[in-house]
Amino acid sequence: MSEVISSQDFQSKVLEADKPVLVDFFATWCGPCKRLAPILDEVAQEKAGQAYVYKVDIDQSPDLAASYRVNSVPTLILFDKGAIKNKTLGAVPKQQLLGMFA
Amino acid sequence: MANEYADLYDVAIIGAGPAGLTAAMYCARAGLDTALIESISPGGQLAQTEHLENYPGFNQSTSGYELSVIMHEQAESFGAKTIYDEVTAVSFDEPVKVLTMAYGVVKARAVIVATGARPAKLGLKGEDDLKGAGVSYCATCDGNFFKDKDVCIVGGGDTAAADAIYLSRICRSIRIFVRRDVLRATAIYHEKLDALPNVQIVWNTVVEELISEDGQLSAVKVRNKQTDEVQTVAVSALFVAIGTTPNTEFLDGKLELDQTGHVVADEMGKTSCVGVFAAGDVRTKVLRQVSTGVGDGANAADAVAEYLLDQ
Repeated sequence: MSEVISSQDFQSKVLEADKPVLVDFFATWCGPCKRLAPILDEVAQEKAGQAYVYKVDIDQSPDLAASYRVNSVPTLILFDKGAIKNKTLGAVPKQQLLGMFA
Repeated sequence: MANEYADLYDVAIIGAGPAGLTAAMYCARAGLDTALIESISPGGQLAQTEHLENYPGFNQSTSGYELSVIMHEQAESFGAKTIYDEVTAVSFDEPVKVLTMAYGVVKARAVIVATGARPAKLGLKGEDDLKGAGVSYCATCDGNFFKDKDVCIVGGGDTAAADAIYLSRICRSIRIFVRRDVLRATAIYHEKLDALPNVQIVWNTVVEELISEDGQLSAVKVRNKQTDEVQTVAVSALFVAIGTTPNTEFLDGKLELDQTGHVVADEMGKTSCVGVFAAGDVRTKVLRQVSTGVGDGANAADAVAEYLLDQ
């Protein structure tokens, strides 16, 4: 399963990462998030070496959810060199997640 | 592109919601070589349901997600093979049907379309941009982001009522905008709604405009259909619960659809195309529930078995 990171790690693991990072803002109680989890892991495997995939639990890290204006779970944000490159909402097919990197 | 799924199956089932999962279980148990194709993960709309109150044998403590997992394990236990991919095109002309997907093709002697439906949109300007920024199609997913806020719901059916009950525990006030002067929701919901002090039903009212501030929904403009009075109501969120849209775009006219886009099919799932069956919310029918989806799945599986006997 993709690693759940804390607010403390966000700077170093996401904003200062040497590769693009896909972050899944999720909640433990959210159905679509559960449906998305296995797809996210497949994307992480396919993108291994080219990108990182992490998860942020919005209840554990409400500060991150607020600063990125996450108002819906799951919200997926692709970061590159600290900037937001792409964003998508809801449980989506793998192709659509991979398409975010294009 | 290299094909990862070269086999010929007896039956390919598109969609792993309650109808597809049931069809897969019945087909596999009947000894058919069964492929179950799912674009995300099993469960469909069921997996996104917080609590099931009206599926026999299960009670409020059962989450839709848990039931989905059990249904999927059950289907696989009889030998159904799950393929995680999205069907993008179909060919139903020959006895062997061909389903084209992102990672290859699946061939099958019969097909069950069980792709279900997704929440319908209002069709208002700016709706897509405000999705996730105040406009939501899933109260149980997004309600927590609007703790102690004023929110509204559009719709008058079971989903709208259930959403209001759920949100009443989180939000400060909930207005339900209902197009007509009655709720279509099941009677049990009416009493529950009446007892909630922070829920107000606004009758004969349609939402006409979404108003945003700094990229976030801030208000909705509503019109009373009887008086034509227009009012701007400040809300932090709008939950859309006006029914569903069937997932039939990928069929590209290969099956007969009704005016609302549902696959025209009889009780046994028979469609306009020989060897292709439809089950669950995607099919023309009146009541779309987990229980009716499950029934559809069983019927379609039986129809497939009978069809293949004659081939």
